[in-house]
Amino acid sequence: MEAVTKKPQGSKKRVHSIQWRDNVEGYLFTAPAIIGLFVFILIPIVASIALSFTKWDLITNIEWIGLQNYQELFTDEIFITALINTLKWVVLYIPLGLTLSFVLALAMDMPVKGIGVFRTIFYLPYVSPILVVALLFTWMYNTDFGIINYMLNEIGLPSVPWLSDGNLAIFSICIMSVWKGAGYNMLIFLAALQGIPTSLYEAADLDGITAFQKVIYIKIPLITPSLYYVMIMAVINAFQVFNEIYIMTSGGPGYSTYTMSYYLWSNAFSYNRFGYACSMAIIMFIIILAVSLFQTQFLGKKVQYDM
Amino acid sequence: MRKTKRSIAVSYIILVVMSVLDVAPFLWMVLSSFKSQQELFAFPPTIWPSEWHPENYVNAWNSGSISFGGMFLNTMKIVIPSVIGNVLISSLAAYSFARINFKGRDKLFGLFLASMMVPGAVTMIPSFIMFRTFGWYNTFLPLIVPNLFGSAFAIFLLRQFFMTIPGELEEAARIDGCGRLRIWAQLFLPLSKPIIATLTVFTFQGNYNDLMGPLIYLSDSSKFTVQLGLATFRGMFSTRYDLLMAGSVFCLIPILVIYVFAQKYFVSGIVMTGLKG
Repeated sequence: MEAVTKKPQGSKKRVHSIQWRDNVEGYLFTAPAIIGLFVFILIPIVASIALSFTKWDLITNIEWIGLQNYQELFTDEIFITALINTLKWVVLYIPLGLTLSFVLALAMDMPVKGIGVFRTIFYLPYVSPILVVALLFTWMYNTDFGIINYMLNEIGLPSVPWLSDGNLAIFSICIMSVWKGAGYNMLIFLAALQGIPTSLYEAADLDGITAFQKVIYIKIPLITPSLYYVMIMAVINAFQVFNEIYIMTSGGPGYSTYTMSYYLWSNAFSYNRFGYACSMAIIMFIIILAVSLFQTQFLGKKVQYDM
Repeated sequence: MRKTKRSIAVSYIILVVMSVLDVAPFLWMVLSSFKSQQELFAFPPTIWPSEWHPENYVNAWNSGSISFGGMFLNTMKIVIPSVIGNVLISSLAAYSFARINFKGRDKLFGLFLASMMVPGAVTMIPSFIMFRTFGWYNTFLPLIVPNLFGSAFAIFLLRQFFMTIPGELEEAARIDGCGRLRIWAQLFLPLSKPIIATLTVFTFQGNYNDLMGPLIYLSDSSKFTVQLGLATFRGMFSTRYDLLMAGSVFCLIPILVIYVFAQKYFVSGIVMTGLKG
């Protein structure tokens, strides 16, 4: 349609054939990606929904059990624990992680020397494999031999059972994740901060506002689109936390670090309860969709787009 | 003026403290990797190894059910085709989204963007069942093949870049009788080296660091990737931190080398995604 309005000078037939050719070539070029989208994402979503109504261990016959999986979920204490732990994780990770990234970005946005070196360093934990980081922190968090407790002891504080205390373990792991991820969001914030026209600061300086006011009234409002993007993506990722848990505690002690992804994975690949695991995936999907939608509705209105 | 000076001083303090917090654990890993097992479990711990044990690295290299050499080879067999496939197929789609005015284009592109928000857990089990049905369990195929169909992230990144290439170049080529496939291959791809480099390092990093995929699909230790190999290694020697830290250093080196040489591509990729989000 666009081509027709764009090129009114050609004869109708010719325009028609150009549009036809665009359609054919457009779809031919995107065909592999479209096939991939369907085969690896869209069809699996539908299949996951269907499987969530079944009982299947992949060996015996698949059995349709209606809503039974969902009924079981809401009475499954481990699932409820996993859900609560996941929420704890999100509620802790998002404010801590985003604040740290933002503060680092603010510091980097000042006329400081050595930006390149700092950037290299801050981004280092992010590019490192989670396995390496998690093994390293398991060692550093060790209650009896870990370097962190040693340093605490040196300044007169008692040892902390970072990973062996059920109430503490999830927070310890989360702190590590915040540490690991800080550099990534920092880069996005920094790019946004550097896009703010300096003329705005000059005007503000004439009014004599403080550095803190500058952050609150100029920087934050002007980078809301980035803030908003980072937040949505960070929340989606935080809800899916798996690797750290798998490597560091395997859900323990007890069930204290079970998260939704970890329990889902255990059900599928340890207990062969594929249908049940799918019902968890669907619940997780619904929660993530709802939270993202809430963020779009709630934050979306406040977003200050380009001036 | 004094205010600015103070904020700069505060900035330096924040940046230096965070740098120390970022680097110290890695130094600790390297120092630990040279200590004897007895020294690692000494309390109070020593900072510098009292005796250096470089043989930890030799022991770590060979003591798993598969040597690190084998793991690296397996990982490359997955990563290399994944990177090439992802870049080629995604750039073809991205060219189409950026430059061809086909019907339903914007809606289709929106669908790709939306697909980036689908949690992996939702597609994981049906994908597993599908690959298992194909007889691909315990092969590299489930880890490679999805990449050969491109990815929404890559399409998005490449499209952003393609849109900045001046249209006159393409028009000139078309007047000379170039077809679109040739324009893509001989004009767009050569002009897009920076973004292709960015995408290459991202795809490499994503596939190299992937633990869950190999964990689900590979069962035979001869097929283990570096991540799965090191994770299994850990299961075998859960308290042998001398070997674990040396193994971790092995695991970290390739990604670190790429990071050091291609840092600007990592950075520009993130900045591009963030600004357009």
